[in-house]
Amino acid sequence: MTVPLETTAGTTATADEASRVWLRRLRADGPERDAAVAELHGLLLRAARFEIGRRRDSTPHLRGDRDDLAQQSADDALVAVLAKLDSFRGESRFTTWAYKFALLEAAVNVRRQAWQGREVPLEQDAWALLADHAAGPGRPAEEAELLRALAEEIEARLTPRQRKVLVAVTLDGVPIDVLAERLETTRGALYKTLHDARRKLRVALADRGFAVAPGSEAEL
Amino acid sequence: MSQPQSDKDGYDRLIARVLGPAEVELSCEECFEQLDRYVELALSGADADREVPGMQAHLEGCPACAEDFRSLRDLLTSD
Repeated sequence: MTVPLETTAGTTATADEASRVWLRRLRADGPERDAAVAELHGLLLRAARFEIGRRRDSTPHLRGDRDDLAQQSADDALVAVLAKLDSFRGESRFTTWAYKFALLEAAVNVRRQAWQGREVPLEQDAWALLADHAAGPGRPAEEAELLRALAEEIEARLTPRQRKVLVAVTLDGVPIDVLAERLETTRGALYKTLHDARRKLRVALADRGFAVAPGSEAEL
Repeated sequence: MSQPQSDKDGYDRLIARVLGPAEVELSCEECFEQLDRYVELALSGADADREVPGMQAHLEGCPACAEDFRSLRDLLTSD
């Protein structure tokens, strides 16, 4: 059963009973709140361990202790959850909402650790990265042509920053939050740069007669 | 000579990775805001893509958010 939940924004959403109990306990004083915070930390730690564990195979050389990383991720997630408690609108279970903070912290921490000390390639020539694909044996002429056009348009249409972000993220496989940290910006801002670059490329390729949808003009 | 299917798949993935989705998509911030609701809707069998327009396109375009989606979905189904 769902019942109305008053948020501080003055909007009314609904939340299941268990979620309402979580909110009440976390907003209480004294031992009741302390117990709820400890219980929440336990859930966040479980989520962080889950995330770090599922990446074990892809991060064999991860520095530091994985459980320390999980603890740090859970600690950071707890701070975030408590700070954003009033933004919970009851559109999912409270625990699902809280888990996403722990998973995000753990994923970002793992990716940053995995790339610590590694050079992030930022000045790669797009054609050098696309040429192998274009020249592959049996590659149909129209595919090779599109790849060549794509490399040309990456060089011709994009700003240096758009080119840097697009090539690093989509061709070199640099995680976007690792790149954001190196460029001292946010993941969201970098994704907008990537989105704008992709839009330019789609329009350019469509203008050259390739069967590519121009893409949405909507701003992110 | 016909093109091996795996090579065609690799080409399609490369083009999709570079050009991203053509549809309207959410931003990373909007994706994170809606992620818990979207995952619960998807797991309940509801039409999550209709309820949260732009999410599917964003998950196709943003590898990091797609990982966050898979992690939350898998965590909830691991119980």
